[in-house]
Amino acid sequence: MTFEEAFVYILAAGAIVSALLVITRRNPINSVIYLVLNFFFLAALYLTLKAQFIAIIQILVYAGAIMVLFMFVIMLLNLGDEKQLRDRVTWKQMVAIGLSLAFVMQVIYIVGFGETDGMDAISAKAAEIGTVEYIGKELFSHYVLPIEAISVLIVLAVVGAIVLAKRKLD
Amino acid sequence: MDFNPTDLLHILPIIIVTVTALAILILEITIKRAEPVVFAFSLIGLIAAGVSAISLYPQSGTAFNEMVSIGGFASFFHVAFIVVTILTFLISRQYIERMGIYHSEYYAIILFSLVGMMLIASSLDLLMLFIGIELMSLSFYILAGFMRTRLTSNESALKYFLLGAFATGFLVYGIALVYGASGTTNLASIAEQIDQLFTSTLFWMGVAMLTMGFSFKIAAVPFHMWAPDVYEGAPTTVTAFMSTAGKAAAFAGFLIVVMFSFAGGTEKLQDLFAILAVASMVVGNVIAISQHNLKRMLAYSSIAHAGYMLIGFAAASELGMSGVMFYIVAYGFMNIGAFGVLSMTEYGENKNLTFDEFKGLATRKPFVAALMAIFMFSLSGIPPFAGFFGKYYIFLAAIQEGYTWLAIVGVLASVIGVYYYIRVIIYMYFYDGDVTLEAEPSYIGMTALVLAAFAVLQMGIFPSTVLRLTVGLF
Repeated sequence: MTFEEAFVYILAAGAIVSALLVITRRNPINSVIYLVLNFFFLAALYLTLKAQFIAIIQILVYAGAIMVLFMFVIMLLNLGDEKQLRDRVTWKQMVAIGLSLAFVMQVIYIVGFGETDGMDAISAKAAEIGTVEYIGKELFSHYVLPIEAISVLIVLAVVGAIVLAKRKLD
Repeated sequence: MDFNPTDLLHILPIIIVTVTALAILILEITIKRAEPVVFAFSLIGLIAAGVSAISLYPQSGTAFNEMVSIGGFASFFHVAFIVVTILTFLISRQYIERMGIYHSEYYAIILFSLVGMMLIASSLDLLMLFIGIELMSLSFYILAGFMRTRLTSNESALKYFLLGAFATGFLVYGIALVYGASGTTNLASIAEQIDQLFTSTLFWMGVAMLTMGFSFKIAAVPFHMWAPDVYEGAPTTVTAFMSTAGKAAAFAGFLIVVMFSFAGGTEKLQDLFAILAVASMVVGNVIAISQHNLKRMLAYSSIAHAGYMLIGFAAASELGMSGVMFYIVAYGFMNIGAFGVLSMTEYGENKNLTFDEFKGLATRKPFVAALMAIFMFSLSGIPPFAGFFGKYYIFLAAIQEGYTWLAIVGVLASVIGVYYYIRVIIYMYFYDGDVTLEAEPSYIGMTALVLAAFAVLQMGIFPSTVLRLTVGLF
């Protein structure tokens, strides 16, 4: 195991542990903070893939802007500890949990051990792909139609939010 | 790599619909009493888009760096979606006025979701497909909650949104794994190396995830739990749109991925589709029997119909694909007709939608009842209506490909279906009742129903008019 590989595994373990902490904390504020931590681990993982731009954006947009909004909303709503909704697990849930676990094990086996033996070396092109210039150029040449479609999607989201949430429509 | 201006002409129908949707939003704030203008303008836009889609049908090729395909398959579905949207607008006008939910955004959001559907049908790249699906689904979440003061509508929107977001996760993860195995998101490139990919477990994991995501979108058992509640809670005209155009779009995307890119998906996937088909047909039809609310009954029936269409996927032949495309269009017409009738009888909060209230409709509103009878006969698959030939082609394809047992299960399931469809007709014609319609059906709405009934008859008597358009598209 090279130093690089060990580094990746440490980051991945950090990401998984912080993700688990997000869904197991009772207090929503704690969950949010662990989610921010999770985003930092992910950003570091992107860096190991030589995707600098995405790593920076991950921290700026997700960890920075979106999570702060989350935090504000939770604080404004003044949410306390989550109450236990149900204390008994029904047999239906047992079956569902069993199936989900089996599925997760499958995914872990196939993605983790199925065909990849160790990690491939990152190609020289990857470093170039990670730059802002390259991404910008690709987005507005090769991927121009998806970008335009996403802009339509965002217009729709804005209109929809107003339609659903505005106090009085006229 | 460079931008090619003629590409814009190749996606002209999509551009027209987008511009129409945006223009509606502006019209609303610039004109007083914008309602008639908005309505007329959106219809004109839709017709223009439809004409341009028809004129693109004979073409073939790709546009925007192989992001979308042109003509053929894409145009077939573009026209189908546009026609269904026009019918939806026609039945909506009176309904949203009567329910007090008229906002011009209603039309705009439906048009946005139409853009998403058209992108799905023409997508040649998993990225494009995904954006199309999201555009469509987001519109549906909003439309389902359009009756903002009605609790069932809110519940419907929230339920659909949460479960839909979850299903989207599966879809994206599937796309990511397929990308990981193949190194490309382009569906044509995946098709080129498909034999190699069939030996990769990573690829199959991705396919499994994709199948789950799509099964949710088409409401196939066991991913159907959302459908009855969402269909019941959403405004009836929205349900009509979701269950016809929305389902058709999901099937179009599924067809592109499975039939075009994965070359039918070998026996592994075919057997999986056979299982999904049987589960959907049996569960959908059996639970539909015990429903008292017609909207809910049609929701379960739509699950069953997804099952019939999946038989075509299990057959994975040329005829199977044509059969599915024929069925999608036929189902679109008959279902939008049935929901159109419901939108006329409904008043207040989901009232007037149970079997009891349909008693004696034939004596009070003979014309509406006759149209409803046509749609019900067609849904149950009785000749000479479109539903019969849809099932016929799909079952035939299954038998040709050695899935005789599947065809037999399909026929038996249809027999169960006949029970609850004919029950509607019996209640309308052989019982006396005193519930009257709150409002006279508008001429515009009736026009839509007549057009739908005409299409159902036309496709049932001359099925080749539509069927020949579905041949040899890939």
